[in-house]
Amino acid sequence: MDTPLFQGELVRLTAVEPQKLAESFSRWSRDSEYWRLLDSGPAFVYSPQRSKEWLEKMLQENEHNLFMFMIRTLEDDRLIGEVGLDGVQWNHGDTFIGIGLGEREFWGKGYGTDAMRVILRYAFNELNLHRVSLNVFEYNRRALRSYEKTGFKVEGRARKFLSREGNRWDLIFMGILREEWEKAQ
Amino acid sequence: MSLKEPLFEDQRIRFTPFDYEKDPQIESRWSHNPAYLRMLGADIARPLTPDQVKKNYEEIEKEVDEKRTLFYFAIRTHGKKADEEERLIGFARLYWIEWSNGTANIQLGIGDPGDWRQGYGGEALRMLLRFAFDELNLFRLMAVIPEYNQSAIHLFARAGFSEEVRRRQALHRDGRRWDMLHLGILRQEWQAQQKSLRTSPAETQVA
Repeated sequence: MDTPLFQGELVRLTAVEPQKLAESFSRWSRDSEYWRLLDSGPAFVYSPQRSKEWLEKMLQENEHNLFMFMIRTLEDDRLIGEVGLDGVQWNHGDTFIGIGLGEREFWGKGYGTDAMRVILRYAFNELNLHRVSLNVFEYNRRALRSYEKTGFKVEGRARKFLSREGNRWDLIFMGILREEWEKAQ
Repeated sequence: MSLKEPLFEDQRIRFTPFDYEKDPQIESRWSHNPAYLRMLGADIARPLTPDQVKKNYEEIEKEVDEKRTLFYFAIRTHGKKADEEERLIGFARLYWIEWSNGTANIQLGIGDPGDWRQGYGGEALRMLLRFAFDELNLFRLMAVIPEYNQSAIHLFARAGFSEEVRRRQALHRDGRRWDMLHLGILRQEWQAQQKSLRTSPAETQVA
């Protein structure tokens, strides 16, 4: 019962502070590669004001089925990204999950995987969900590897879903069941 | 196909806007049948009053007008024969449209069990596919269907969709778990199918 629920080995998950997250979010949105790894929609630049309004609206409208956190490093408490369980379906025990590390210097060093482990524990041990789903883009190899490491399995691909730079890429669906997660602990 | 061929009319049905006077009563009746609601997807079954249905219509029309990420049709029988009235039988929609990728999700519902397995779904799907690919010029479509809705799975498979994703045990109904299936069709697959259907010389000439 006294497990530190919001803490991993490299990061901890903290409450969303709309003003702070919006400032970082606005800066991250100018990194088009980050956008294209994160979101299937068109990359675009957002002001801190607009980001804050959007964040506040989203948190308010989805109070009961969105669990969003800021990701901070344990080492120096730096805000490096965000992660959230989005669209929790309480009657089926299913949710989608989204994660983004806006600070590029933390890519490929295990911070995302660590944050994912923490939020999966939250999904299964606190929300008591039955499964967790996610989408990843075919060209985002780093994320795909990280999700596999965390225990997600590929459940299929929406063929040629994404159009980027004249190519079409699949949208990969992954999922992890409670029993699979428990076995891996 | 040609520009003259009607987009919103087939042999027995047509796509129309809402009728705020008559439709809410009928749809409220459908919403009291959990078998219908559960076939549609994962949402929690909940009966609606005609007023609630009317409010939903307003929200749907607002999204269609303002965001253009949704297109929604009420499906009606023609009522061409003298003894037959025009009658609301279901809905057809394209939702979560992503214009930059040319993608959308697709869904049909036929409300009254008396109208199930009468071929209305096949006709509606044919029309909605044509609207999606020849009017909106989309690139691919996805249908999200519970594993237990076998008639919908067959309907979409017959229309050329293939199973792309199986989200294991994503549904919990009456004490057991079911998969959620995602079926997809690409524009080129649909077009190839149209070509092979187009056998009469008169029609090829028009194209």
